[in-house]
Amino acid sequence: MKPIIKIEGLSKRYKIGEHVAPYGSLRETLSRAARAPLQWGRKRKATRFVWALKDIGFEVPPGQILGIIGRNGAGKSTLLKVLSRITEPTAGRIELYGRTGSLLEVGTGFHHELSGRENIYLNGAILGMGRQEIERKFDEIVAFAEIEKFLDTPVKHYSSGMYMRLAFAVAAHLEPEILLVDEVLAVGDAEFQKKCLTKMGDIGHQGKTVLLVSHNMASVINLCQRAIRLSNGKVVADGNPVDVVQGYLTETRSADGQILWNDPAEAPGTEIIRLHSVRILQEGIDGPTADVDISKEVLVEMKYWNLQENAPLYSGMWLRDQVGTIVLSSANLHSMSLTDDPWFGRPHPLGMFQSVCRIPGNFLNEGHYSVSAILGKVPDKTQVLEDQVLSFHVHDTGEMRKHYYGGWVGVVRPRLAWHTEYIEGVVPEAIDGEEKLASVRG
Amino acid sequence: MITNENMSVLEPVATEQITSTTKPEPSPHNHQSPPDEPLVIIEPSRSWVAINIRDLWVYRELLYFLTWRDIKVRYKQTVLGAAWAIIQPLFAMIIFTLFFGKLAGIASDNIPYPIFAYSGLLPWTFLSAAINNSSNSLIGTDSRLITKVYFPRMIIPCAAVSAGLIDLAIASLILFGMLAYYHIAITASLLLLPFIIVLLTLLAIGIGMWTSALNVKYRDVRYALPFFIQLWMFSSPIIYPSSLIPQKWRWLYNLNPLVGIVEAFRDSFFGKEINWSALAISTVITLTILISSAYAFRRLEKSFADIL
Repeated sequence: MKPIIKIEGLSKRYKIGEHVAPYGSLRETLSRAARAPLQWGRKRKATRFVWALKDIGFEVPPGQILGIIGRNGAGKSTLLKVLSRITEPTAGRIELYGRTGSLLEVGTGFHHELSGRENIYLNGAILGMGRQEIERKFDEIVAFAEIEKFLDTPVKHYSSGMYMRLAFAVAAHLEPEILLVDEVLAVGDAEFQKKCLTKMGDIGHQGKTVLLVSHNMASVINLCQRAIRLSNGKVVADGNPVDVVQGYLTETRSADGQILWNDPAEAPGTEIIRLHSVRILQEGIDGPTADVDISKEVLVEMKYWNLQENAPLYSGMWLRDQVGTIVLSSANLHSMSLTDDPWFGRPHPLGMFQSVCRIPGNFLNEGHYSVSAILGKVPDKTQVLEDQVLSFHVHDTGEMRKHYYGGWVGVVRPRLAWHTEYIEGVVPEAIDGEEKLASVRG
Repeated sequence: MITNENMSVLEPVATEQITSTTKPEPSPHNHQSPPDEPLVIIEPSRSWVAINIRDLWVYRELLYFLTWRDIKVRYKQTVLGAAWAIIQPLFAMIIFTLFFGKLAGIASDNIPYPIFAYSGLLPWTFLSAAINNSSNSLIGTDSRLITKVYFPRMIIPCAAVSAGLIDLAIASLILFGMLAYYHIAITASLLLLPFIIVLLTLLAIGIGMWTSALNVKYRDVRYALPFFIQLWMFSSPIIYPSSLIPQKWRWLYNLNPLVGIVEAFRDSFFGKEINWSALAISTVITLTILISSAYAFRRLEKSFADIL
C-alpha cells in the first residue's frame, strides 16, 4: 500500500553546547565579527556537533500505529519534533500525505487565568482546529474530561487531575490523519489512564495513522502493530513490537557490570561535571559484576570529574525494571537518604569524586534492572542524565524461598515484617453438615 | 510446604493486561488511500525564503484566538481592566500639557495643546505598547508553544500587536469627547483614518517582528528597547508639531516613518490639509521595514525551537 509517511535520509545535527548556553549576547557576536577579519586564513576553531538523528529512513502505511522506542537521547523526541515541523532537519526529506496533528505535551498554551471553556477554544486553535470544528466537538470534549460543573471556573482553580483530563480531552479530539504522540499516556490517575488508552485504541480503529513515542513497553506492545527502535539517532530495529521490545530490553551499553570513559573530553556531561564510570559491586564478588545475589546489598558506584572549582554537586540515580518502569529514583540529598553524605552540596574542589549508593539485599525482585546515572550542581538543573547506562541481573539465591517456589509478582520484593495474632473470645458457631462446609470451601 | 496451587496470591497476573485490550488491526476499509501529492514536505530550507502565505491562511483563526487571549487575560489580571487603555494616554496628556503646553509654551499649530498632545499620544501609546509586547512575546509564556507545537511563528508577535488595537479604540473615545468639548467639527479627512491605522499597525508589526526575533537570540534587545523607544518619541511630532523643525532639516526628519503617520492621524481629526509627501515616505519606509522583518523573521525562526 502507498505510504502516508515517507522519510528518507533524515538527519538532524545540534551544535554541542547549544543547550548549555542557549542564547548568546550581542556583545559576543559583535566581538566575534570584529575579530573575524584577523582570523582570515587561520584555521577556525572546530565546532563540535552531535547528530541527534542520522540517516533515518522508513515508511508508514495509512492506519498503522507505530511505536518508537529507545533510551533517552536516542533521538525519539527529535524525530517527533522534526515530523511536527517544530524544528528543521539538517538533511533529508519527509513527505506527509495527510493532515498532521502533534501531541508532544498536553495542555500546551493553557492559560491559568482563563476558564475551562475558554481554554478549550484556545488550546484547540493552537493544536490546529478551526473554530467550527471546536464548536462541533465541544460537548464531547467536556463530557470526556468530566468537568461540566467547572466549565466557567479559571483552570488555576482546577485540581491537577482535572487539568490533565481537560488537556488530554482537547488533544484527543483532534482529527488529523496522522497523529504524533509523545508519552502523554503517563498522565492522571489509573482510571483516566485506562480511558486514554481506550481512546488511543479507538483512534487506531478509526484508521488513523499514529506515531507513538513511549517508554512504557506495555503500551507499545498493547497498542502498536509495529515498533521501531532508535539508538544513537539511527534505526536499529523495525518490526513486530514484541520482538523490538525484547531487543530493547537487552540493549544496554555494558553487560559486564561497568562502563568507563577514560577521556573526560569524550565522557558524557557538561563543562561543570563529567561522568567517568559507573560500576555495580557486591560484597564477596571481585570487581564489577552484572550478576548479583538477591539477598545481599547491591552497590552502585559512580565516579565523576568535577571541572568547576567549588561547584556544589549532588549525585543520584534511577533504577528501571525490565519493561522500563522507573522502580526508584534516589539522590544523596540529606533529606532523601539514610546517611548524611559529607560531600552533598559542598563546594567540590577540582578533581575526581566517587559516590556510592547502597541498595539493600532482599529488596529487589528477581530479574533485569538498569541504572541511570544522574549528576548535577545544586541548585541548577541536571548536568548528566545517562539513561540506562548499565544493567544487572538479580539472581534468587533461595534465602526467601524456603517455603514458596512459585512465581513472584512485584516490581520489588522487600522482606517485610508480618505479625498475626489470635483474637480471643471470637469463636464462630460450629458449621454443621458436610454440604454447608463444602459450599464454604467453594 | 506451600506449593504453587494453594498460594496463587504471588502468581504473576501481568499477562492479563496485555491480552485484554484489543489491539486495533490495520483496517483498509476505514480510510481512503492517501493523495498522490504529499500535503507537506519537510526539508532543510534555503536561507532566504518568502512568507508561507498558505500556512498563514490555514492558521488565521489562531491569530484571532491569541489576540483574544491577550486581551482577556490582561483585563482579568488587572483591577482597572479596560480603564488602563485610557489612563495611560490621559495622564501623559495632563503632564505634557502642564510642562510643555503651559510652562514651556510649545506651539501647537493653533490647536488647543491638550487635544493636540492627546491626538499624538494616542498612536504613540499604541505603537510603543505594541513594540514592547511583541518584542517579549516569543520569550515569555509562549516559548512553550514554540517548542511543542507547529504554527507560523509570526502569529505570536502579530497577535501581541493586534491586541493593542482594542486599547486604541477605547482611548479614541476620549478624543471624540475632547473634540466635542473644544467644538472642533469633524471633516471628510477623517475617512483617511482607517488607512492610517492600518499603516501604523503594519509599522508596529514590522518592528515587532524584528525585535521579537532578535530578542530570542540576543537578550540585549530587551534592555536596549526602552531607551530606543524613548528616543523615538522625542524625535517624532507627538508632543510638539513638526513645524518646529527647521525647513532645511525637514527631509531628514520625515525619514522617521512615524512623522508622516502621526501628522496624518492628527490632521484627519482636525480637518487640516494632509502632508501627502510625508505620508508617502512613511508608507514606503513602513513597507520596507515590514518586508525586511518578514524575511529576517523567517530566517531566524528556524533556530527558535533549538534556542528556547
